[in-house]
Amino acid sequence: MSRTLAQKVWDAHVVSQTAGEPDLLYIDLHLLHEVTSPQAFDGLRLAGRSVRRPDLTIATEDHNTPTDNLLTISDPVSRTQIETLRKNCAEFGVRLHPLGDPVQGVVHVMGPQQGLTQPGMTIVCGDSHTSTHGAFGALAFGIGTSEVEHVLATQTLPQGTPKQMAVTVTGELPSGVTAKDLILALITKVGTGGGRGYVVEYRGPAIEKLSMEGRMTVSNMSIEWGAKAGLIAPDETTFAWLKGRPFAPQGAQWDEAVAYWRTLKTDDDAVFDAEVVIDASTLTPFVTWGTNPGQGAPLSASVPDPESFATEADRAAARRAVEYMGLTPGTALKDVAVDVVFLGSCTNGRLEDLRAAAEVLRGRKVASGVRMLVVPGSAQVRAEAEEEGLNEVFTAAGAEWRFAGCSMCLGMNPDTLKPGERSASTSNRNFEGRQGKGGRTHLVSPAVAAATAVTGRLSAPADLV
Amino acid sequence: MEKFTTHVGTAVPLRRSNVDTDQIIPAVYLKRVTRTGFEDGLFAAWREDASFVLNNPAYAGATILVAGEDFGTGSSREHAVWALNDYGFRVVISPRFGDIFRGNSLKQGLLTVELSQEAVETLWDAIEKNPGAPVEVNLQAREVRSGEHVWPFAMDDFSRWRLLEGLDDIGLTLRHAEAITAFEATRPSFAVLVS
Repeated sequence: MSRTLAQKVWDAHVVSQTAGEPDLLYIDLHLLHEVTSPQAFDGLRLAGRSVRRPDLTIATEDHNTPTDNLLTISDPVSRTQIETLRKNCAEFGVRLHPLGDPVQGVVHVMGPQQGLTQPGMTIVCGDSHTSTHGAFGALAFGIGTSEVEHVLATQTLPQGTPKQMAVTVTGELPSGVTAKDLILALITKVGTGGGRGYVVEYRGPAIEKLSMEGRMTVSNMSIEWGAKAGLIAPDETTFAWLKGRPFAPQGAQWDEAVAYWRTLKTDDDAVFDAEVVIDASTLTPFVTWGTNPGQGAPLSASVPDPESFATEADRAAARRAVEYMGLTPGTALKDVAVDVVFLGSCTNGRLEDLRAAAEVLRGRKVASGVRMLVVPGSAQVRAEAEEEGLNEVFTAAGAEWRFAGCSMCLGMNPDTLKPGERSASTSNRNFEGRQGKGGRTHLVSPAVAAATAVTGRLSAPADLV
Repeated sequence: MEKFTTHVGTAVPLRRSNVDTDQIIPAVYLKRVTRTGFEDGLFAAWREDASFVLNNPAYAGATILVAGEDFGTGSSREHAVWALNDYGFRVVISPRFGDIFRGNSLKQGLLTVELSQEAVETLWDAIEKNPGAPVEVNLQAREVRSGEHVWPFAMDDFSRWRLLEGLDDIGLTLRHAEAITAFEATRPSFAVLVS
């Protein structure tokens, strides 16, 4: 029977199938971080259980960590959480890359960079942005702490069969329009719940043309429109990116793996339960104006009138969002001034993202009164960027060059917005208070972030003289 | 997990859509390493507003939260479920839930019930008119009752059985321990090992 890519990966991991029960799926890789794991380890201890496969489990520290130094976690509660992870990993024999380690970083940047993320795998993590790894043709999804405990104990998860959706991106992205613009435009089109119940496959010529970094940006934000996972079929771009990485197969095993990976594509006559089609050639730089990732608009547009939405629920949400964001309907988005620019996160904290921003900032200055934080997604991204001299571009422009971590993507570490402050952020969520209580977030691409830093208002590189 | 069969309680109307888990419990409350005591973090930012519905004494003691579409989107934090449980909620009703939140809730005995937007609006009106009126959520029969209204809801048989019996997922999975071991013997030679 014809199958989709996701169904092939699913079928290859079914441990047990019982009528009337969810399938029991084997998990190839379990990523851990400090926030969603302590209660899971406690659960194991209470039940007298061990970690079934420490050799398929790897941990890092990212959410609570400071990005201005590698030694001192000043908040005692954050420090306790980090120390708890260290104790748990030591006690249960789990490999950990702690703050200061050359591999440490945002969990979804670290995994792919190490070559741990490979086509056809099942990957889970107690973090919703685990969907990132779908860019390699892996079935990857975020789980809660009870499920973290379940995977630690059994290396499996019971999962109900999801529906299948295709997102077909035709045409070609115009110059200056990026993967981030594409995914933001898609989410505004389908809404934050548009993918609920589906595993999605992104496909079409515009997707095939994306780099691995761009694909990861797209897959990363699958959860922002409710999808369980977002896969992209592996191809030569994927194989070239993986080859030679620390955990990539080598020699004869590489050939065997690639031969298998080449079978991981949707059969021509496979049937999806739903399809969304987007013409990439119509897209322009895209930003959010509201408080969920589905409240977005082209950068060239204006803050919408809440009364212009079709349903009362959308009108009420827009009214509330515009008020929280301190915006006036009809204001050109390019007239919206920001206080802070954040470049980083599991969405856009990779080397290519830093390069795109540095290209815009080279020879330019961050506007006076604007603070720009550049936070590499991992210690390795930081080292590679420094090798290319990107750090010098950022610091010469007046931006802050920081250490790796989740940083200002979420208000859990010292990098936060103050109440009322407005940011242009390359992260993934513009929820109320996400970047700090009372903070206001506009989601943007790295190129738009850099141009915005220069003008002090939401801007695209094309707006710079 | 505590068993869930039928719950009768009063309800509180949360007339908002897209209530993400960052609103249910902000990230600063996620630094704790315990599994209980998160009631102070529930809707922490919104509760600072005196007019927020949870601050309305008419709804004190409510155990059923009735919210707009797309409740529990965003972050996977199970703390959102713990906070709702710790505050005293047993049921959340919404036209649609975030996938990870829904999974988390059903593992923790917090019943998440999907009713139509129309039913939710009818419930909102009824609760606001009569805040003390009981709402019955019957998992056995898979229906919600309020006044003269009866709304059936969908819940897959397996999840329902687990909730009715209060079963622990890990225990259920370990019935398949032999199958797990057998599967492991078939994994490809190039499969990643981290240590």
